[in-house]
Amino acid sequence: MSEQTTTPAGDDESVAVSQTPMVLAEHVSKSFGSNEVLKDISLEVRRGEVLCLVGPSGSGKSTFLRCINHLEQVSSGRLSVDGSVVGYREVGDKLYEMHPKDAAKQRRDIGMVFQRFNLFPHMTALENVMEAPTQVKGVSRSKAKARAHELLARVGLAERADYYPAHLSGGQQQRVAIARALAMDPKLMLFDEPTSALDPELVGEVLDVMKELAKTGMTMIVVTHEMGFAREVADTLVFMDGGVVVETGDPREVLANPQHARTQAFLSKVL
Amino acid sequence: MNDASSGRTETSVPAGGPGAAPVPTKIVRLRHPWRIAFAVVILAIVAVVVIDAAQRPAFDWPTVGKYLFDQRISQAAGYTLLLTVLSMVIGVVLGIILAVMRQSENPVLKGVAWVWLWIFRGTPVYVQLVFWGLLATIYTSIDLGVPFMEPWVSFPTTALLNTFWLAVIGLALNESAYMAEIVRAGLLSVDSGQSEAATALGMGWGTTMRRVVLPQAMRVIIPPTGNEVISMLKTTSLVSAIPFTLELYMRQRDIAAAIFAPVPLLIVASIWYLAITSVLMVGQYFLEKRFARGVGDRPDTGPGPVTGAMSTDGLEQVDPEAGLAARHGGDAR
Repeated sequence: MSEQTTTPAGDDESVAVSQTPMVLAEHVSKSFGSNEVLKDISLEVRRGEVLCLVGPSGSGKSTFLRCINHLEQVSSGRLSVDGSVVGYREVGDKLYEMHPKDAAKQRRDIGMVFQRFNLFPHMTALENVMEAPTQVKGVSRSKAKARAHELLARVGLAERADYYPAHLSGGQQQRVAIARALAMDPKLMLFDEPTSALDPELVGEVLDVMKELAKTGMTMIVVTHEMGFAREVADTLVFMDGGVVVETGDPREVLANPQHARTQAFLSKVL
Repeated sequence: MNDASSGRTETSVPAGGPGAAPVPTKIVRLRHPWRIAFAVVILAIVAVVVIDAAQRPAFDWPTVGKYLFDQRISQAAGYTLLLTVLSMVIGVVLGIILAVMRQSENPVLKGVAWVWLWIFRGTPVYVQLVFWGLLATIYTSIDLGVPFMEPWVSFPTTALLNTFWLAVIGLALNESAYMAEIVRAGLLSVDSGQSEAATALGMGWGTTMRRVVLPQAMRVIIPPTGNEVISMLKTTSLVSAIPFTLELYMRQRDIAAAIFAPVPLLIVASIWYLAITSVLMVGQYFLEKRFARGVGDRPDTGPGPVTGAMSTDGLEQVDPEAGLAARHGGDAR
């Protein structure tokens, strides 16, 4: 348990690099029309940190996650990943909107796992994992295939490589989706309620894969309702409600002893 | 009616085996006497019509037989088929381009596609074909060069485009407008999560379309496209408006006019149209089967097929319904 909190950036990298937070949000707001979904969010995710975002539905956690890899554009504020502003080029004190091609390049290093898996149904599990490396990075098919087999084995699905998603259970599909994201060698993994669409007995297998991943020192932001997972794996727990960060802290402390009334009210219903 | 005798033997016959337990052993299916009655009536009507038609001199069956495989007719059928295939191929390609343009975020592309659709879908194809026929009159030459300057090269329009190609262009452009809507429906049927997942993996818009969205849209696109092909086959009979006269309808009309026998030649043409349509329908069946592959909603029970086996084995049994279910699934989203 204690090992996983050590940052992988560690000693061998330069101090400057290891001090740059993986994700830095400064006064981030996001509106859909007149509906303000994120209000002045400021938070920091260190390298190797596992951060769990919890809160009632509609609290803006998923939107915040989607802003991090520019699936949504922030309305104001500054959101940067690994030191560079998401979706914009910073010149002086101005932010220039990026060309979609550059935004796509930026996303390569950020893996994302969705609530509804979103595997490509016309490809086998193996092809799903191979797709992005071959199409986006231009990795040769043989290399991508070897790596895909390796990743599928890592999520415990070596024998299911040639199955189509329709023939896999929800838990298996989500594990393939994790392998697919890992195939791009991301420096940051985003999980958007990865177990919410699963039958209860399948939740464990997905969480186990995520725990393993956390142990390797991957920086992870997880939107979840699994408080057990948050308590066990997360370094930081962030409670959001109504588009604002209500409470941040060590998950064991926040869960055991929430400071804010809203956190207390939410946790009393969930725990 | 034999109503009384049917369906009433529900009472269970004692089990024939050693056990005397009152297990019902014989199932009597619900009978449908009215179906048989209707079938008999219809058969009778058909028989009357056929016998009458066979004897009616106006149909002139010997002439039908004589011209059915006449070389001029079979050649004309060939032209009809060629017109259909060429116009459809161009129409589908343009349709995909237009549909993608309409889906794009670029307002210019969107606008161009919208105007194109507005014009080609908003005017009758017959009118369009007449216009194409007048192209050489309206634009006597086709020039390449800078506008309002002396052209670099200049071709007389009639030398560049004969009536056959004008017919192909006329039919294809009209078709492209309809195909664009079919393709667009297909694109919309693909869950938005698919392009989102592709985007999150760092794929650009083009790659996402080509690798993720279009292959899935195909299952929704193919059935109505088959419809369009058959519709196109029949629309080719309108190219007399250009006028292109070597296709089936005009050819049979010319022959009919020469021998003063309109009815038998119409029958000949109809037989050819029906024959080609039937062949196309078979083709559509196999195409649908192919694109329903690998995506059928099948419960994940039992040992799934392995790699290559997937394509041949598993789907033989699931097929027609799988395709259907998949389509419905697509619509539901």
